[in-house]
Amino acid sequence: MASLLFCGPKLAACGLVLSIWGVVMLAMLGIFFTTHSAVLIEDVPFTEEDIHNQQSPLQGVYDLYNKVGYNCFIAAAIYVAIGLLSFCQVRLNKRKEYLVH
Amino acid sequence: MGFRSEEMCLAQLFLQSGSAYDCISELGEMGLVEFRDLNPSVSAFQRRFVSEIKRCEEMERILGYLLREIKKENIAVPEAEDLPAAPAPKNVLEIMEQLQRLEVELSEVAKNKEKLERNLLELTEYTHMLRITRTFMHSRSRHEALGPQYEEFPTLDTESVTGCTSMQRLGAKLGFISGLIQRVKVEAFERMLWRVCKGYTILSYAEVDESLADLDTGEINKSVVFLISFWGEQIGQKVQKICDCYHCHLYPHPENDEERADIMDSLRTRIQDLQNVLHRTEDYLKQVLHKASESAHSWVLQVKKMKAIYHILNLCSFDVTNKCLIAEVWCPVSDLTNLRRALEEGSRKGDATVPSFVNRIPSNDTPPTLLRSNKFTSGFQSIVEAYGVGDYREASPAPYTLITFPFLFAVMFGDLGHGVVMTLCSLWMVLTEKDHTRRRPGNEIWRTFFDGRYIMLMMGLFSIYTGLIYNDCFSKSLNIFGSSWSVNAMFTEQQWSNETLQTNALLTLDPNISAVFSGPYPLGIDPIWNMAVNRLAFLNSYKMKMSVIIGVIHMSFGVVLSVINYIHFRQKFKIYLLFLPELLFLLCLFGYLVFMIFYKWLAFSARDSRLAPSILIHFINMFLMQGNDSTPLYPGQMGVQMFLMVVALLSVPVMLLGKPLYLYWLHHGGKSLRVHRGYERVRRVSEEDLSTSIVHDEEEGLSDSGGPQEFDFGDVFLHQAIHTIEFCLGCISNTASYLRLWALSLAHAQLSEVLWAMVMRLGLRMTSKLGVLLLVPVFGVFAVLTVSILLVMEGLSAFLHALRLHWVEFQNKFYSGTGVKFCPFDFSLLPCVFEQDGLL
Repeated sequence: MASLLFCGPKLAACGLVLSIWGVVMLAMLGIFFTTHSAVLIEDVPFTEEDIHNQQSPLQGVYDLYNKVGYNCFIAAAIYVAIGLLSFCQVRLNKRKEYLVH
Repeated sequence: MGFRSEEMCLAQLFLQSGSAYDCISELGEMGLVEFRDLNPSVSAFQRRFVSEIKRCEEMERILGYLLREIKKENIAVPEAEDLPAAPAPKNVLEIMEQLQRLEVELSEVAKNKEKLERNLLELTEYTHMLRITRTFMHSRSRHEALGPQYEEFPTLDTESVTGCTSMQRLGAKLGFISGLIQRVKVEAFERMLWRVCKGYTILSYAEVDESLADLDTGEINKSVVFLISFWGEQIGQKVQKICDCYHCHLYPHPENDEERADIMDSLRTRIQDLQNVLHRTEDYLKQVLHKASESAHSWVLQVKKMKAIYHILNLCSFDVTNKCLIAEVWCPVSDLTNLRRALEEGSRKGDATVPSFVNRIPSNDTPPTLLRSNKFTSGFQSIVEAYGVGDYREASPAPYTLITFPFLFAVMFGDLGHGVVMTLCSLWMVLTEKDHTRRRPGNEIWRTFFDGRYIMLMMGLFSIYTGLIYNDCFSKSLNIFGSSWSVNAMFTEQQWSNETLQTNALLTLDPNISAVFSGPYPLGIDPIWNMAVNRLAFLNSYKMKMSVIIGVIHMSFGVVLSVINYIHFRQKFKIYLLFLPELLFLLCLFGYLVFMIFYKWLAFSARDSRLAPSILIHFINMFLMQGNDSTPLYPGQMGVQMFLMVVALLSVPVMLLGKPLYLYWLHHGGKSLRVHRGYERVRRVSEEDLSTSIVHDEEEGLSDSGGPQEFDFGDVFLHQAIHTIEFCLGCISNTASYLRLWALSLAHAQLSEVLWAMVMRLGLRMTSKLGVLLLVPVFGVFAVLTVSILLVMEGLSAFLHALRLHWVEFQNKFYSGTGVKFCPFDFSLLPCVFEQDGLL
């Protein structure tokens, strides 16, 4: 059971905070991408060919938007996992500190 | 909080000798008053209670030793449940005795332990030596020539250390020296032996696998067991000397195997016994320290309080009958009843026959400044006081700083996302503040941030607001209400077509075309600007004008605050001779600039924006008093500007000469007035408020030092000239200084944008299958860089600049800040030496 603990209390707390921030921010980014917000146009990886060679370039751009949005959601899910892991580490650290005293 | 310092008074305390200790103990618990030193010419060693303080210091020394021993054994010192009061003098001896007994016991036990450990080390080394030399002998005994012969000959024991076996046939004595030497010295030792003894010695050595601790230096290093066999007594002495030189530990070498086995057995039992005793000793030591640690904390507190009380008693003076102690204290007027009650309590505790009492006395000295604050306002109070503690009864800028400081910070920091992070961080600190204040972690940087948690909370909340106004959230704009600009309208109004799009890299949306611009965005900057290439040109103009407007308002507010001081200190003439010209100068020039800014914003629309004149050119022309060729901003502009310039120019000599001439007339011309003032002076002699006006105007002469005050016209005039030049030139430079509000917000926005473009965009633009996994570490890097660069670095920078704007541009309009802070005698404020050393 002791070997499950691999980081100290500070690192675990940092990981937890980072994960919560990551989940919130990436989820919101994902929502904004899937609703095709214009402000985020620079972050969508479209190229010249997408505009010129396609029948409906608008739909192509929207598809790219959706793809990036789903990427963000996947990253948010990964951060949920990291968050749970950090939370377990925090709890294990607290228990270890409690036991020593 | 208080707009100005509380009213303070000087009071005399008459303490009966018997109960003086208890009274001062009560006062220390309550922390009401500040004691003055009535014996300033007496050195520390000549004071009355020197012996008691020496005793306290002796107790502190013992406590320090005790705490160090406790810390060495890693025993935690529990905090006392309720804080103990200072012990009565009769209990002091008891505590002293206890401490002395503990010290003696501890030092004895420590000494014994050291002796035992030394013994153990010797025995262990001897064991190793015997074991290893046995292998030498046995390997050597394979050479049959020398081996068995040793047992035939009788032993001649000439020295206790060297075992000798005589070889009568050779006529020489074979001697052995064995012992241990440190590993690092072995090669040198061997070489020395070879050179000195010229081959008449044989050295064999082997390393001890267990590393032993050297008790003198405390290091753990490897040792080597060596066995030297030599022929001849002279050689023996030389070898002995060399061994001494290299700090070898020598042990007697046994004659034969039985003796060796016997010695090893006895050594083994002895080592076991010693280890037992050592364990018991350590346990006993731990027990003693454990018991002592339970009361260590309360002892420390009691000794600290006692020492403080004796220190205060040293500041008091004895009256002629030697039965009464007199102390002079500064006390807030509102706390006089509490003071009386504390003295009664102290007298009761000390079983005094005559109760101690307090008597308020008039004084000409300036009292210290006391501004009460709670946990929310104390942070803002301390940043104001870092510049200078206010004079007594001067208007304090602290209550306004509560709002203006976070606001100016937010103007420079303005980002919604960063504001949210800062707010959450400070909210966590505020909600868990009880744990943190109790635990008192030693890290100074953390302590600084923690003490400023309410400042940070306010800064974060205001930053959220300015982030909404600038429409900036991690460098992206939020489209909450729907943009007012419509690109579609450019197409429907036949301005653009598909060819326009394909042939032009950049296009301009023209607000003059109908339906393109449908009115201003309800709150803040329109989100479409985030995508515009000329975004900075628009924002720079807006932010610069905003900075100048905020600056002029802030400075005018500062000038207006000086009226409060003039009214309070009854210097009405200063309102007409200082405040009015200053305000007129500031408003006629820079207030007019603000007016021009607003006028241009309101009067010129998108239609005639090309005709809008440059305000800066007009402003410069106003100073040069020349009309320019371009069209005026409004009809009659030349006349208005001329009038304002004349008013501003006239206020300069009023500022320069007004006050000195008026004071000159007061002292030399207004004789009748002076007599009248004399009566006023006598009447008001006990009012402390008036006595402090000498701090402000040394030339005013309202003090009752008797006789006509020296009025140095030259000095006053020089001061006023400096002040006038400082104010007038300072107006221009200070207004320009407020442009840092624009500069820092621009820097913050650009940094934020660069961080997004260079870090986050890399992760978002990934299209490959596994590229999505890159977004996770990229976000981590983005978060770390945001916190470290944008929050910490930019936050500290904006904090510093907002602070500078307050300290210099705002406060030099009305604040002098040359006062002394009120430091009450309070046990909780006294530092604890042991805490600082990390022992407690």
